[in-house]
Amino acid sequence: MKERIDDFETRRVHLKDMSDVELRRYFLQLSEEMMDPLLEMAYTHTSKSIERSVLLRMGFSSIETKMIVDILGEHNLLGKGAGHCVYLLSINKKISIQEAGQLIQNGEEINYLMELFNTNE
Amino acid sequence: MNNLKPNVKLDIREILKDIENYHPKRRGWIWRNVSPQKIGEFTYMQASPGLKNFVALPSARGLGNIDPQPDAVITTEIASGRFEDDIRRMRMAAYHGADHIMVIRTAGQSHIDGLLEGTPQGIGGIPITRKQLRAQRKALDIIEEEVGRPINYHSYVSGVAGPEIAVLFTEEGVNGAHQDPQYNILYRNINAIRSFVDAAESKRIMAYAEMAQIDGAHNANATARDAWKVMPELLVQHIINSKFSEKVGIRKDNICLSTVPPAASPTPDIKLNLPYAIALREFLSDYKMRAQMNTKYMDSSTREATVTHVLNLLISRLTSADIQSTITPDEGRNVPWHIYNIEALDTAKQAMVGMDDLLSMVNLRNDGYLQDKKREIQERSVLMMEEIIEMGGYFNAVEAGMFVDSGEYPARNGDGISRDINGGVGAGSVIKRDKDYMAPVTAHYGYNNVKQYKKEYIDNPSKLINGCTFEKPEMIKFIDELDDTDNVYLRLDKTEKYRSGNLLKPEVEWLGDGTVVVDLFFPTNERIAEAAAIETGRKMNLVNVEVIHKEVLHPSEGSRIQIKGTFNFDLEVDKLVLPEIIKIHSEDEILKYIRKNPIKVVAGTAGNDEHSVGIREVLDIKHGGVEKFGIKYEYLGTSVPIEKFVDAAIETKSKVIMMSTIISHDGTHYKNMKKLHNYAVEKGVRDKLILIAGGTQVTPEIARKSNMDQGFGRGTKGIQIASFIIDKHREMTNKNEN
Repeated sequence: MKERIDDFETRRVHLKDMSDVELRRYFLQLSEEMMDPLLEMAYTHTSKSIERSVLLRMGFSSIETKMIVDILGEHNLLGKGAGHCVYLLSINKKISIQEAGQLIQNGEEINYLMELFNTNE
Repeated sequence: MNNLKPNVKLDIREILKDIENYHPKRRGWIWRNVSPQKIGEFTYMQASPGLKNFVALPSARGLGNIDPQPDAVITTEIASGRFEDDIRRMRMAAYHGADHIMVIRTAGQSHIDGLLEGTPQGIGGIPITRKQLRAQRKALDIIEEEVGRPINYHSYVSGVAGPEIAVLFTEEGVNGAHQDPQYNILYRNINAIRSFVDAAESKRIMAYAEMAQIDGAHNANATARDAWKVMPELLVQHIINSKFSEKVGIRKDNICLSTVPPAASPTPDIKLNLPYAIALREFLSDYKMRAQMNTKYMDSSTREATVTHVLNLLISRLTSADIQSTITPDEGRNVPWHIYNIEALDTAKQAMVGMDDLLSMVNLRNDGYLQDKKREIQERSVLMMEEIIEMGGYFNAVEAGMFVDSGEYPARNGDGISRDINGGVGAGSVIKRDKDYMAPVTAHYGYNNVKQYKKEYIDNPSKLINGCTFEKPEMIKFIDELDDTDNVYLRLDKTEKYRSGNLLKPEVEWLGDGTVVVDLFFPTNERIAEAAAIETGRKMNLVNVEVIHKEVLHPSEGSRIQIKGTFNFDLEVDKLVLPEIIKIHSEDEILKYIRKNPIKVVAGTAGNDEHSVGIREVLDIKHGGVEKFGIKYEYLGTSVPIEKFVDAAIETKSKVIMMSTIISHDGTHYKNMKKLHNYAVEKGVRDKLILIAGGTQVTPEIARKSNMDQGFGRGTKGIQIASFIIDKHREMTNKNEN
């Protein structure tokens, strides 16, 4: 930011008559205003680390989660959820979650998933 | 293993055995049970129950070894690079009152995209891995039973793998974590959008595991040029992380603000820090306070750091602290050593107990400077938030360099940290969730279309897969070592001789490191003294000699230099000459003997010595002194002339002289002993008297060499002296009879 001198006295005019309680309430209200857009962004987005954390919870090792997420990322499938891809494959192919993850790691069934999700454009 | 005895070492190999099947006993943060405690004749108000096993403060020796525990959870940070050595330090720390053990990560881990595995050695911290966490948690599960108080284990959920680390921590029973996306952005240059998206997931997981969360705002005052000018911004940084956490679902009483008194003496410390501490606690009263100590103005003097930290503790007592963290006084010069973790813990315990219930006696003023300054800081922080919103929100403000500017807001010096919203590590790496996005796991934040499969599982997505690792720990996949050239077993093998054999070596952080410190004074200027100190170290056979601290006592008259070096010799335990163990008789046996053979003692402190605490302790019945066993004594007072001891003994028909001699300067204590002996000889009574010398610097061997019948050193109990007196008396009587 550009340098500027301390103009606290002129800026504070609208605050100076607030009671301590009012000032605190205003502080908290501003914080909500500041954080809401960030929460909304987090609500609607994901990342490779989030997807790997999902797979960890599904019982994959850190090495497996990395391989699965990288392959799914290359094929733009992370918007569906890495756990979702594994889950769907296990349901549709009637195999375990572990086996489904193994297939994806080996690069198998990626086309199947892409067709399934209709993202093969 | 669970029945660990204080006199038996923790077996690290035993901890590592079967580690792949170990699961922690519990999850979640545990506060101390805060309640008034009556200990001896004192009642402590800001206190918590005592420990089963502990090491009390040194001065507790004169107070019946009491070890009152304050109300706040007390933190110590332990991470030497070798987690196996840190486990031993954790046990020592727990004995000194730590119940929050924080593990610093190895340099660079925050930029690693994924989890590390195995047990490689770290630099300036520990590579956090599943195996390392599990081993340390397992050790702490044992140690907490030993001390009788839960121990919170803590590390960092930050960097580009935050959500995975949060899962790992939940699975491995980690109880608290630093989590603050602002830290990633400002100090690790990790992309801002990625940091907040990941943070939401991490925080949701931490909320599930009921971890205490600590923010990263304290880094702003460690980074800013003039730390006290960053106070308004600190309030803003605290509320950004706290509000975000609260909205994601962390319970307010698990959201802790990492707050450091920003300034340090020689600034007017309390005058700067106290209004700020109040401003913060008032505005963010919904959350907990983790009071940290100042590191910004630390130099290499451990004494100076300790004083700063005690002033920080005064701020904690004048306001509040739910967690009192400690900084080791050597942090200004090296990665913390064992002894300094313990010193810092003792400093916190001593100061907090010493300032117990301070605010029942002292009021903070409701007007004047304190309140005006507090209000000013608060208003400045509100103005800063207004401007952030005006600029279009948080990301724009970061991009503009609003944060960590050295001007006190609204003044700006144009030197803030600026981060491009599309830049940094992990830029462009967030992905929009599609309409059918789904994750079949517990504690997942954000949009999750579970209902496309089973509407009734909306609140329990992991039911889709019959539970995830959070409900079924047996699903966790354990990876052992990945690097057969860098792992704990190789390190253990290398130092095995110090673990299982007869060999010892001095140590500061790693078993067998051999590091020693020598504290030197030279009557010359600093430059020459420094060179002389290094040469002294070499001539003492130390290798890798380095100066770690210098202080000018006078520009020409003298300089103090501390050096460290490696002492490269192994000591064989069975060849050491151990101090003798003084024989003790049972109380009954002594009482019976004295009843039959009444014995009188004359006692006092010798020469020009006014230190009477020790002698009173071995005399008075109250402290378990010789009086307790029926021995009558005549107390001659302090600074008793040597001749008077003998004359008084003759006059009162006493058989024993107990002379206390604390001052050891110039061998005063030994000279006193010889003088006492000689005068008794001169008076012709030496063979009728039992001459005993005592004092902190007295050893039995040298006392006997100085013609005393016996000497007693630091920590002597009345029963030891009484036992000696009856043995000696019996021997003298027998001799006379023969």
